[in-house]
Amino acid sequence: MDSNVTPMSIPPGVTSPISERAQARRETVRVLIRRPAFIVGNIVIIGWVICAVLGQRITPYDPFNSFSTGHLPPGPEHLMGTDRLGRDVLSRVMVGSRDVLIVAPLAAILGVVAGTLLGLVMGYYRGWVDDVLSRLVEAFLALPVILVALLTLVVLGSSPVVVVLVVGILFTPIVARTVRSAVLSERQLDYVTAAKLRGELGPFIVSREIFPNVLGPTVVELTVRFGYAIFTVATLSFLGVGLQPPSPDWGLTVSEEYPNMIAGIWWPTLFPALAIASTVVAVNLIADSLQSVLNE
Amino acid sequence: MARFIARRLLLSLVTLWLLITIVFIIANVLPNDVGRTILGPFAPQESVDALNQRLGTDRPILVRYVDNVLGAVTLDFGDSYVTGKPAMPQLASAIGRSAKLAGLALAITIPLAIAAGLFAARRRDRPVDRAIVLLGVTSSSIPEFVTGTILVVVVGVQLKLLPVLATPPATADIPTQVRYLLMPATAMAIVYFGYIARMTRAGTIEVLQSDYIRTAAMKGLTTGQTMRRHVLRNALIPTVAVIAVQIGYLFGGIIAVEKIFNYNGMGQTMLFAAQRKDIPLLTAGAIVIGIVYMLATLTADLVIAWMNPRIRLDAER
Repeated sequence: MDSNVTPMSIPPGVTSPISERAQARRETVRVLIRRPAFIVGNIVIIGWVICAVLGQRITPYDPFNSFSTGHLPPGPEHLMGTDRLGRDVLSRVMVGSRDVLIVAPLAAILGVVAGTLLGLVMGYYRGWVDDVLSRLVEAFLALPVILVALLTLVVLGSSPVVVVLVVGILFTPIVARTVRSAVLSERQLDYVTAAKLRGELGPFIVSREIFPNVLGPTVVELTVRFGYAIFTVATLSFLGVGLQPPSPDWGLTVSEEYPNMIAGIWWPTLFPALAIASTVVAVNLIADSLQSVLNE
Repeated sequence: MARFIARRLLLSLVTLWLLITIVFIIANVLPNDVGRTILGPFAPQESVDALNQRLGTDRPILVRYVDNVLGAVTLDFGDSYVTGKPAMPQLASAIGRSAKLAGLALAITIPLAIAAGLFAARRRDRPVDRAIVLLGVTSSSIPEFVTGTILVVVVGVQLKLLPVLATPPATADIPTQVRYLLMPATAMAIVYFGYIARMTRAGTIEVLQSDYIRTAAMKGLTTGQTMRRHVLRNALIPTVAVIAVQIGYLFGGIIAVEKIFNYNGMGQTMLFAAQRKDIPLLTAGAIVIGIVYMLATLTADLVIAWMNPRIRLDAER
């Protein structure tokens, strides 16, 4: 492998910082795509995204309106059997990715954007703002996300928009804490002092000087939060306050079918459960590879 | 040490007050009419007014807030809307049952996870280490109800090894109780295995690279002596912290596990309260779990301060 080859021919001595940064980014991508965990994670996620986008066009049966005999065991006709209403489990598992793959990323993005803003302000300005916000963050962290989400969704009534807002807001303090500690170690560095001496204003220093340097942890946090968002939304749907019927959502399907497990009818529960497991594990494999590559 | 504890306690109280405030805002300020939220859009206005009067939610918001904070201090969270009895006694017995389940889960996961973390750290970047890290990532990312479902299908229904419902007969002795709780506890243990193992591994790797470990090796201590006297004490500090944080989250995950295994603990109580929109009971549960979390992190901080004198001396200054 020849790492000296630069895609652009840059005369020596005039290396612009932009191309250096681009080169470093390309190097990171090159290391990343050689990691088996990153590849496997992406294949699984892309597979589910294809199912979500194409939906009914590629399912063997109509996942919503095709009712055959209820609880048929897996066989050549129905590879994963049928559910209690006689709908094809495979078809429903395939379209079941759709809602969670819209709700979870939105919640993760909301949490990371709000948390990053908060973390930047807390870490850069310190002082009483930081003291007050840190206490608040601490109080939020003392409450289990699932329980507060349950309480809030009961109070507000459940809809996909409310789920996104609740999960996003509950993730905000967690992200803020991570970003804050990254900012704390950055703000002591010379480039920040230099910017201050140049007479730059706080908002400029935070957004143009510090933010690009904490982008790494922020990107990692975004993937980690995406994984947790799937985890949380699936659990909330299982508890009956997340996505609502007639969504073929996996967590919801498990909650509708799990009482039948004891009678030996395991297929309508197990397959959506495995689908959730594959998705969260895939996202976490990606997050883990990103984390170890960006921290090197 | 006394000053450290006093400072830490004071901070906990501030956090607790904020926590009560957050829960109060969610339960009382977000819905502009508590009675209407509970009874639904089709209930007649007289019923809503009567319920609001009974719950005390027709009073001004500030009065309710002061009442709420004072109530929380004395662990009196008002009456459950469904049963009309005080919320706290109902919760207390449920907490006891959940604590059994959570305790068993921690008893399974902590020794295994610490052992795996230490084992992996000493074989850093070798296949065994990679495998343990991968196992940790996988196990901590799958929701408890998914692992629970898979366990029920495989261990309970197909292999018929363990009971699929967690509630033991009333007169069961301790081994029988453990047998009934083993599957739900395992479902929870699997999630926490990953976090604790990774923390232990990271902590141990950092300590193993330090100068004093090299010194210990050079003065001729055996590996076992080095591990016991120098590595463990320092490496387990982040682990203790993460275990404490997880105890709080344990009570979040327990809701789904208790639903699957039909175990009448804190989680089921919260879930039934949610289904009946029993806001007083839900509020009480959230605050009680918050208190459990605070106590757990407080204990962890004290343990950490005992493990590492630098931390407690730093805090006293």
